[in-house]
Amino acid sequence: MESKGYWVPIALVALHFVIAAIAPLGARSLGRRIFYVCAVAPAATAIWAAAASPGILEGRPVDASLGWLPAIGLEISLRVDAFALVMIALVSGIGTLIFVYSVSYFGHHAGTDRDLGRFASRLTAFAGAMLGLVLADNLLVLYVFWELTSITSYLLIGYEDEKGSARAAALQALLITASGGLVMLAGFVLIGEAAGTYEISALLANPPVTGLAAVGALLTLAGAFTKSAQVPFHIWLPGAMAAPTPVSAYLHSATMVKAGIYLIARFAPVFAVVAGWRPLVLGVGLATMLWGGLRALRQHDLKLLLAYGTVSQLGFMMTLFGAGLGEATHAAVVLLLAHAMFKAALFMVAGVVDHQTHTRDIRRLSGVGRRMPALAVVGTIAAMSMAGLPPLFGFIAKEGAYETYLHADLAAPWPTVMLIGLVAGSVLTFAYSYRFVWGAFADKPMARQRKQVGASSPAPTWAFLAPPALLAALTVATGIVPASVDHLVNAAAQALAGVEEIHLALWHGFTLALLLSMVTVGLGVGLVWVREPFSALQERWGGWPGSQAAYEWSLRALNVVSDRVTGVVQSGSLPVYLAVILLTAVLLPSSALLALPRVPGPSALAENGAQLLVAAGIIVAAVSLIFSQRRFISVFLMGSVGYGVAVLFVLQGAPDLALTQFLIETLSVVVFVLVLRFLPPRFSRRPWRLGQAMRVLTAGAVGAFVFFMALIAGGSRPDSATPVAEEFLARSIEEAGGHNVVNVILVDFRGYDTLGEITVLVIAALGVAALVVASARRDGVADTGDRPDEDRVDGTGPADARQELGAQVGAEVEH
Amino acid sequence: MTLALAAVVAVLFAVGTYLLLQRTLTRVVLGLAIMGHGANLLLQLAGGRAGQPPVVEEGGGTAIVGSAGGAGFVDPLPQALALTAIVISFGMTAYLLAMAYRSWVMHRSDEVEDDVEDRRIARKATTADAAGDGR
Repeated sequence: MESKGYWVPIALVALHFVIAAIAPLGARSLGRRIFYVCAVAPAATAIWAAAASPGILEGRPVDASLGWLPAIGLEISLRVDAFALVMIALVSGIGTLIFVYSVSYFGHHAGTDRDLGRFASRLTAFAGAMLGLVLADNLLVLYVFWELTSITSYLLIGYEDEKGSARAAALQALLITASGGLVMLAGFVLIGEAAGTYEISALLANPPVTGLAAVGALLTLAGAFTKSAQVPFHIWLPGAMAAPTPVSAYLHSATMVKAGIYLIARFAPVFAVVAGWRPLVLGVGLATMLWGGLRALRQHDLKLLLAYGTVSQLGFMMTLFGAGLGEATHAAVVLLLAHAMFKAALFMVAGVVDHQTHTRDIRRLSGVGRRMPALAVVGTIAAMSMAGLPPLFGFIAKEGAYETYLHADLAAPWPTVMLIGLVAGSVLTFAYSYRFVWGAFADKPMARQRKQVGASSPAPTWAFLAPPALLAALTVATGIVPASVDHLVNAAAQALAGVEEIHLALWHGFTLALLLSMVTVGLGVGLVWVREPFSALQERWGGWPGSQAAYEWSLRALNVVSDRVTGVVQSGSLPVYLAVILLTAVLLPSSALLALPRVPGPSALAENGAQLLVAAGIIVAAVSLIFSQRRFISVFLMGSVGYGVAVLFVLQGAPDLALTQFLIETLSVVVFVLVLRFLPPRFSRRPWRLGQAMRVLTAGAVGAFVFFMALIAGGSRPDSATPVAEEFLARSIEEAGGHNVVNVILVDFRGYDTLGEITVLVIAALGVAALVVASARRDGVADTGDRPDEDRVDGTGPADARQELGAQVGAEVEH
Repeated sequence: MTLALAAVVAVLFAVGTYLLLQRTLTRVVLGLAIMGHGANLLLQLAGGRAGQPPVVEEGGGTAIVGSAGGAGFVDPLPQALALTAIVISFGMTAYLLAMAYRSWVMHRSDEVEDDVEDRRIARKATTADAAGDGR
């Protein structure tokens, strides 16, 4: 293991977030040149990776780790192996180009510099999160970065937040990817617990074989499928095109949507043997490839066309990585690189067209190719690579895929099914590649009289064109001299699946794969030929409800269900809440009481006649309180109960309690009377949501429960044990110098409790004072009559209330 | 513990609960006060039978009722707990009454009202259901 430079990867990830934090400030003075500053982070990463690559490609990954929560063994551990190097090429290499491209893209930006600062900040934060994701060597760290990319993607899609459609698309992307991510987290935990480690390199080297780990592996697929826009979760990706084009080129074609692919690539060599993995991954991948290709053929928006193309290509990669076979993995790495190059270039080209002509609608674009020949050349090269034409890198990728499934080590029908599917998907790819080139650049004698644009639009600057041109040049170079990436691809495939070396070449001789390629091109040309009838066919069959309808339905259902649940559990009625709480408090402990062998009987009817008499008096007073409808009588009854309880305290042998109770009860009655002077003499009799029967039932249940609890609590003092209180009695004089043990407990043994009690009283007193003083002030204001708007609904203000009150109090006195 | 005490505690709790579930704020406060009395009595009841007040003399005995047989002191611990509780519940009663007073000054009502917002949500759910049925 390489120990040198262990901190560098972590510092590079951190650098992204530091720049993201300062970007909004920088944008104020730098304007759109802030993107150059942001480009420093991915550029530095790419340069470091290039410098470190010789050792890494020799099979010596760079490890870096930082204690995060050492107490539970959680570390931020990063690992740069050869496959991570490929991902860095995408994330940081293409990332740098995207930032440079953004400077021109926002050339005639309508928004303010503040908007630009926010955008640059989010884009840089995304680049950092994505870098962390592909370097993470710990499942939980990977998950954190995974969700960070979802969140930054949400913010970037919703960049034009004044548009409702952009907000809806952002929310959809977040909901779909984040819910998949949650399922994946459950899978991670299952795998991590089964393996005994969350370190990815460790658990892949020594994979857990339990059934739970297998379930965990299948659960992680949910995260991969949602993130990489596989059918039926693909719907968020076309919606994400609401974002500015640099975001589409970066997040939604080159990097973030590859996170799911990345995860599959890491896991498939180990987990592909799990029952259900291959049928699921290969089936979903193939379906995605075909469906995406079909949908791409009916788009009129250049970006949407590319988005469905991306969906299709992601399915393609899924079919290769998902098999978990050495040769397929090798082919998949090639495809990953090829797709990143041509698709990012195509998005940038679409962005240039959009920027120069102010439309992306292929029904309006005409003559762009003649007007901007350099752009057309770049776009056509990239599209040809996508179509899989020689001598471009995309051709080599497709050849590798065919070659793989021509002799794949899979159960009987799979290789044939996959081959047919891949050829069909590639035919569609050829057709939509043509559609892109034709749509963006061709001269169109339009049947429909739309307002055509393009022939007279200004040509793009060289700086604007340079990033896609660079990618297109790379596509050509790697296509003609594929040996240049041989080492990288082999090392990456080796790091994933331990493959034997395969050498890339443009020309393998007349092989079956070449024949399939020729068939693909032939069928593709045929499909282009019949595109009009084919399109009409799609229009007729395209209407059935799909994932979008399911998504909308589930959102509506969620709203309705949550409204209904809220309506039931949160009725807004205090007594209902109280009744629920009280009944819960009764029912749960009751079940414990029922489990007791027997309820101890009371030791006597009463201590003496006096206790019996006072008890009877209290019961009478308390029960009368229920029926009393007059406030003052109620307070009188409450006072009687209180004094009665004080007498019981005396009889029990608690003079201090009795004394306090007498004093407090007297005070209480005084306070009650002070307040009740203002209130009407009788209680309100308005009906209540909680019915009378329910109230009586609740009260009865509480009473019965407390009765039995009192019997059990009173009867469970063990005779044999010595009460803790004897210690208090023994030490009272000696340690605290007091004879009255209750007092000693309060002021000495448990002095802090008393301090807390006094604090509570002070707070209550402050509260009372504030409420009374505030009420008085309000009263004063209303008295002057200059705040008529404060009057209550019934048309009487507080001042009138006062007068009325006086009359009522007078009436009460007469009674 | 005697049956009489247990009965008083049970009745106080039942009455307190009933008053707590009323609409008028004054009755709610009364209910809390009554429940508080019940709780304090329950503490004493759990402390054992009646006995001598826990006031010790130099060189005197320290036996507690029930533990060494025969008459002794009453357990002082529940008394200390109850003493605190009495004072605290008075603080709460005073605070609630101040709120009732303010509610009266502000709204001329000392009633606990239903939460309008919650009611609106509940109504919305039912109307959404109706709309859903209509589709």
